[in-house]
Amino acid sequence: MKLVKKILLYEIHNTIRSKWVILYTFFFFLVGYGLFTFSGDVNKAYISLMNIIIIVIPLVSIIFGSIYFYNSREFIEMMLSQPIDRKSLYIGIFLGTAIPLSAGFGIGFSLPFILFGKVSEQIEGFFLLLLIGILLTFVFIALSFLISVKQDDKSKGLGLAILIWLILAVVYDGIVLLVIYYFQDYPLENAMIVLSAFNPIDLGRILFLMKFDIAALMGYTGAVFQRFFGSPLGVIVSIICLLAWIVIPFFLSHRFFKKKDF
Amino acid sequence: MITVKNIAKDFGKNKVLKGINLTIDEGKVTAIVGPNGSGKTTLIKTILGLVRPTAGTIEVDGAEVKDDYLYRNKIGYMPQIARYPENLTGSEIISLIKSIRESSFYSDEEMRASFKLDREMEKPFKNLSGGTKQKISALIAFAFNPKIIILDEPTAGLDPISSSYFKDLVLKQKGQKKTIILTSHLMNEVQELSEEIVFLLEGEIKFKGSVKSLLEDKKETKLERAIAELMNQSNN
Amino acid sequence: MINQIKLIFILSFILFSSLTFSKEIIVSSTGSINSILKAISQSNDYDTILIKQGEYAEGNIIVNKKLTFIGESYPIIDAKGIGEIFTVTSNEVHISGLVIKNSGVSFLEENAGIRLEEVKGCSITNNRFINNFFAIYLAKSADCIINGNYIEGVKKREANSGNGIHLWYCRDITIENNKILDHRDGIYFEFVRKGKILNNHSENNLRYGLHFMFSDSCEYARNTFVNNGAGVAVMYTKNVLMTDNHFSKNWGPASYGILLKDISDSKIEKNIFDENSIGLYMEGCNRVTIEKNNFTKNGWALKLMANSMGNYFYDNNFIANSFDISTNSRQNFNTFEKNYWAEYNGYDIDKDGFGDIPFRPVTMFSMMIESHPTSLVLLHSLFIDILNIAESIIPAITPEALTDPKPRMRMLN
Repeated sequence: MKLVKKILLYEIHNTIRSKWVILYTFFFFLVGYGLFTFSGDVNKAYISLMNIIIIVIPLVSIIFGSIYFYNSREFIEMMLSQPIDRKSLYIGIFLGTAIPLSAGFGIGFSLPFILFGKVSEQIEGFFLLLLIGILLTFVFIALSFLISVKQDDKSKGLGLAILIWLILAVVYDGIVLLVIYYFQDYPLENAMIVLSAFNPIDLGRILFLMKFDIAALMGYTGAVFQRFFGSPLGVIVSIICLLAWIVIPFFLSHRFFKKKDF
Repeated sequence: MITVKNIAKDFGKNKVLKGINLTIDEGKVTAIVGPNGSGKTTLIKTILGLVRPTAGTIEVDGAEVKDDYLYRNKIGYMPQIARYPENLTGSEIISLIKSIRESSFYSDEEMRASFKLDREMEKPFKNLSGGTKQKISALIAFAFNPKIIILDEPTAGLDPISSSYFKDLVLKQKGQKKTIILTSHLMNEVQELSEEIVFLLEGEIKFKGSVKSLLEDKKETKLERAIAELMNQSNN
Repeated sequence: MINQIKLIFILSFILFSSLTFSKEIIVSSTGSINSILKAISQSNDYDTILIKQGEYAEGNIIVNKKLTFIGESYPIIDAKGIGEIFTVTSNEVHISGLVIKNSGVSFLEENAGIRLEEVKGCSITNNRFINNFFAIYLAKSADCIINGNYIEGVKKREANSGNGIHLWYCRDITIENNKILDHRDGIYFEFVRKGKILNNHSENNLRYGLHFMFSDSCEYARNTFVNNGAGVAVMYTKNVLMTDNHFSKNWGPASYGILLKDISDSKIEKNIFDENSIGLYMEGCNRVTIEKNNFTKNGWALKLMANSMGNYFYDNNFIANSFDISTNSRQNFNTFEKNYWAEYNGYDIDKDGFGDIPFRPVTMFSMMIESHPTSLVLLHSLFIDILNIAESIIPAITPEALTDPKPRMRMLN
């Protein structure tokens, strides 16, 4: 763990200096600032922010993660010739990528709320969105590392990263819609809850909607969803699912990393 | 002492090392030579643990190194091509390595001066030339005063002045009874620096012995010719 | 001329006799007259019965004389859950200042706190109704006033709960400044003409905050309907005027700000609809004008069923609704004009305050939800956004005619 800490500190140092993280922070700041300036309504700002978070965070995280891992190959190689175990190094690099990116998002996202004094207006929503953003960052960095550890070819790896994003952000929901249309005669509510657990973006989206866009989601389907996702148990289960989306790719990629040749 | 037992490594269908047995003696300079693709770098990386062998074991000072990593405290390594995180500086990397290595010994003033590195150490790597990065690699390999030094094509990117200083450095280490492993394309460099030689061809050891005995055996004064002769022999 | 003189004579006689002969009867738990029934039995028309502070365990009080009941410091009339409390069968009865409690729950009788049965010119003002089955019940009555009452129901299951203010076959009734909580329906009208419902507050009722059917020419103004099980339902009626009401937080699988069914020639103006699952639902409505309303933060601001025609929507604000409008058909026979749509992204080059390209408030997604409600799980998904954009460029399933050709650039105040 000592070693992890050392690597982590260096990685954070290195990542923070990258202009991309600063740009990323600034992006979220500008979006929030703009939304509060032009709309003023916190609830509307929340929905817009959620839309941006569930699209931008996965995309940026998976691409940034891949690029970062490919660019770290030399560093990894050099570090592995030093007395350090692969596990510590890997955890250090993973956290060293995910933490600065999460922090970038967290700061850029929170600042407008603080500046406009909007944190307390919907405090639960603020923290939920912050949590979803950070969890999604970790999920997609974990996925990007899984890709990069397995695929040595940088351009193929990046292509795969974008493909996975596209599948989770767009294609998956298309399939969900097809399921809904084809199986319209069956009670689908519980199946939908299970389906959404297999997509971290959907999970984040639904978790948040249950707190905010509730009115629209009533109806029978909404009621079933609300009963699950709106309950403390549902929130905990959803967060556990999101954590599984971090832990499973991370452990898989860690296993590959341990056997990898440099 | 480093003992390589039956080491084999496949990259897919490509068998890069085919059962290497090798003992590298303490306090000597051993050169690993061979044509491109003969497996020199793979062998070195296997010793370092960078490459996981398909079969066989490596022992350093009598202990198997499979899942150990602390043995690398004894090793200083200079890779073929020096590449570092772009946004960090040389001194930051060195202080990171310092914090990781057990031994607190570190001395680089002389090397810094001779390589003219003082200023360069504070610049981020993205602003440094390949040669400068190579010099920093040398610093990392030597300055911790390790028992074993592994150098992969060390002089490839260096200018003649640095290159000659570098050779002096190796000879000085040799005088201190360090175990040094070296790969090089330059046979005169090998002849100049090393006592033992291992000739690799297509993943197999074709010759292992002292430089002296090889020259005597082939009745040559230049190592280059002796090696060429070895290669011809093997091809026939 | 002679008739007029006659009338004046009669009127002054009535006035004179009432001034001269009307008396005050005091009811108090310690006095000689210790029950309301006793007081009524000793009274004549136009007497006032003053009820002192205290608890009176009474019920089934039949008021068959023109009496005025006044409570002093809110005396409590408690029927202990048996039968009705006041049954008024005489005209010109006035009841005020009482606490009326616990009329009996029954599946056969609609027991009320106060029932007005075929009477005229009565008033029920400033009373408190607690835990009654029905609180105020008017049947076949006219020209009455119900003002300033606080009405709190039992908040139980629908079957065990009656309505707060219930009107059946009445006309010219004014219901004003009442607060109604926890009943089945807050205010219920059936076959009522020319009612005025002003400035009431109806909250937390199990079913509807306001429910009326077959009640033409009624006016509803400045009322608040909050958090009722199903919101407000208005059915089978014409000439309704609804202004300055506030419909808020009516949430649930079948909750509406207002549900309009078979309504025609009516006007809905300057109301606020916020945070309802469905702000305004219209089915079979014709020639209704919907103007200057605010629809904010509703699930659906407006659900317009295809059998509604000739309705006119203008000068409304649609802000932060999950869906502005949904409909169940590609046809549209209604007019939208000069509304403000927060979702509108157009431009105004000629600077006339209206966008230069029409706005299509019905999205593809809202059409999909109508046919496949489960697809709501995809709300705010990127996939859906892409579909909506594609649909807005080339309409394939959304009603082409449902557009606002002159969307406002700025919100109306």
